Amino acid sequence: MQSTAMPTPEQHGFRAHSDGPVVPVQTRSERFRSTEVADFAPVTGREHEWKYSPVATFADLISGDLDGSRLEVTSTDAAGVALSWIARDDARIGRAGIPEERASANAWSSFDEALLVEVSGEEAKTVTVTRSDLGTSPRAAHTVIEAAPFSRGLVVLRGIGDARLTENVEIVVGEGANLEVVSLQEWSDESVHLASHFARIGRDARLKHIVVSLGGKVVRVNPSTHLAEQGSDVEALGLYFSDAGQHLEQQVFVHHDAPHTRSRVTYKGALQGEGARSVWIGDVLIGNAATGTDSYEQNRNLVLTDGTRADSVPNLEIETGDIEGAGHASATGRFDDEQLFYLQARGIPEEEARRLVVRGFLNEVVQQIGDAELEERLIRALEAELQGS
Amino acid sequence: MSVLEIKNLHVNVETDQGTREILRGVDLTIREGEIHAIMGPNGSGKSTLAYTIAGHPKYTVVQGEILLDGENVLEMSVDERARAGMFLAMQYPVEIPGVTVTNFLRTAKTAIDGEAPSIRTWLKDVRGAMSNLKMDSAFAERNVNEGFSGGEKKRNEILQLELLKPKFAVLDETDSGLDVDALKVVSEGVNRAHANTGLGILLITHYTRILRYITPDFVHVFVAGRIAEQGGPELADRLEEEGYDRYHVAESATQ
Repeated sequence: MQSTAMPTPEQHGFRAHSDGPVVPVQTRSERFRSTEVADFAPVTGREHEWKYSPVATFADLISGDLDGSRLEVTSTDAAGVALSWIARDDARIGRAGIPEERASANAWSSFDEALLVEVSGEEAKTVTVTRSDLGTSPRAAHTVIEAAPFSRGLVVLRGIGDARLTENVEIVVGEGANLEVVSLQEWSDESVHLASHFARIGRDARLKHIVVSLGGKVVRVNPSTHLAEQGSDVEALGLYFSDAGQHLEQQVFVHHDAPHTRSRVTYKGALQGEGARSVWIGDVLIGNAATGTDSYEQNRNLVLTDGTRADSVPNLEIETGDIEGAGHASATGRFDDEQLFYLQARGIPEEEARRLVVRGFLNEVVQQIGDAELEERLIRALEAELQGS
Repeated sequence: MSVLEIKNLHVNVETDQGTREILRGVDLTIREGEIHAIMGPNGSGKSTLAYTIAGHPKYTVVQGEILLDGENVLEMSVDERARAGMFLAMQYPVEIPGVTVTNFLRTAKTAIDGEAPSIRTWLKDVRGAMSNLKMDSAFAERNVNEGFSGGEKKRNEILQLELLKPKFAVLDETDSGLDVDALKVVSEGVNRAHANTGLGILLITHYTRILRYITPDFVHVFVAGRIAEQGGPELADRLEEEGYDRYHVAESATQ
């Protein structure tokens, strides 16, 4: 697929906004935030943070009563990773960020205890935390993942089976630490999952954050990263495969707030089948303290059939002139017929050629996970998605 | 003895300005082991001929036929043509992100042969062919044509030619954009494939330069969508001296 400069909204088929006059641009970091659900106005679906989402299908998660009891969680064992439940008034909660919208605040107001995942030790290690079969009634959850200074590790947060969940995930990366978090959504077909991730990256620390959304009726994972200290770095990756009737959304925010910080945001998705939808909003804010920032964000969508819709909205705000570089790109395209022709001209049948191209397109993200077993499993899951048409 | 026959081929292409006739009655017969050079100015329809033989959907055949050993090529899909023994080395090979050269070659070989190649001999063949083309082994793990230089892309095309072993190959301006070292390497690859497999070759070029390294049996001059003159290798020498001017070329450029 050809990469292009940011397309105009008209190229996406957008017309004039249906939500009234254009509101003056508000700096991304100045959005209202609160941990109290009652502080937020009722959601109409016209708000900038909700306007792409099917809010009517999860009104209960936005404003209803939620079950805040412990989730059903299982975990693999790894030396240097400890799991525990902590009380909601624990001082380790609320350090990475707080809610900017009502479903997130509803979860925050409702959870009983938070799951704490502590990563320590300088050796590489992987732990998979699986939340399974959470039922079909609305629930709230809170998770804190903390990487001790100079620690290293990969935490996979996986969801399978039924879920009707709104949750917050805090990620605190201590100085010099190197943490990878993979949020893997493989929920059942009727599941709804709304998640806000808040990451705070310490001095010279690095977070690789990967959102993989495959299963669920509505999945909305919104990661915010605060590059709070000098030399902090985030690699934010995403991979989604939206099937018929599926809504997969991600609103990504990176706040450069200290000198010499770096961010790379790469989200890639495929859409296949009637009513398959994806939404990607990428906000990057380079604050006036963030001199020497190096930032690039991109979203790529591959449309495989008619009847799909991909919204892709990159936004970049720059408050200092003294940066290394900042760029963004978005491209949503159909299959590149020249790629198909090339592969077919080498004898590869059309079906197989299509599979090869899609797999290649998505593999660019898979290849960066860095855990062979998980990569292998995701490749198989993507194969199954492709066959599913 | 395999033979590729092109008979009275007329081809149109749809453009923003409407339908344009690009090929206006091409007749050409290539037998196994023969090397035919097609030379002509820009816009004469050389590339159209190449892509039409391979089956690119952009081109519409309005008259005439293409036969491979008597079989109607025009009724075959692009991949069926390749499996029947046709090969097109493209002027501008396409990037396939996320698909490694290794994976691509194995998939193509499996499709062409109808069965997966035996792993040991295949790896040896790939390594040998890459080494002959002076390609670094790291090449195999790169994504197809992604970030390749012009010369690397052309080597990669010839690598496929050598490994897939077609009956007939159309080389579409394989020489363009190559420095002399790369040109020699690529030409040697073509000559090897020719010697090893009795490949029939349709060598499309704008310049006579490559004909110093690949000796054609026949030279055809292509002007305004048809063959204007044909002869032996000596015709290429004459073109080198005189250019295309004597064919009064004033056609507007299309490719």
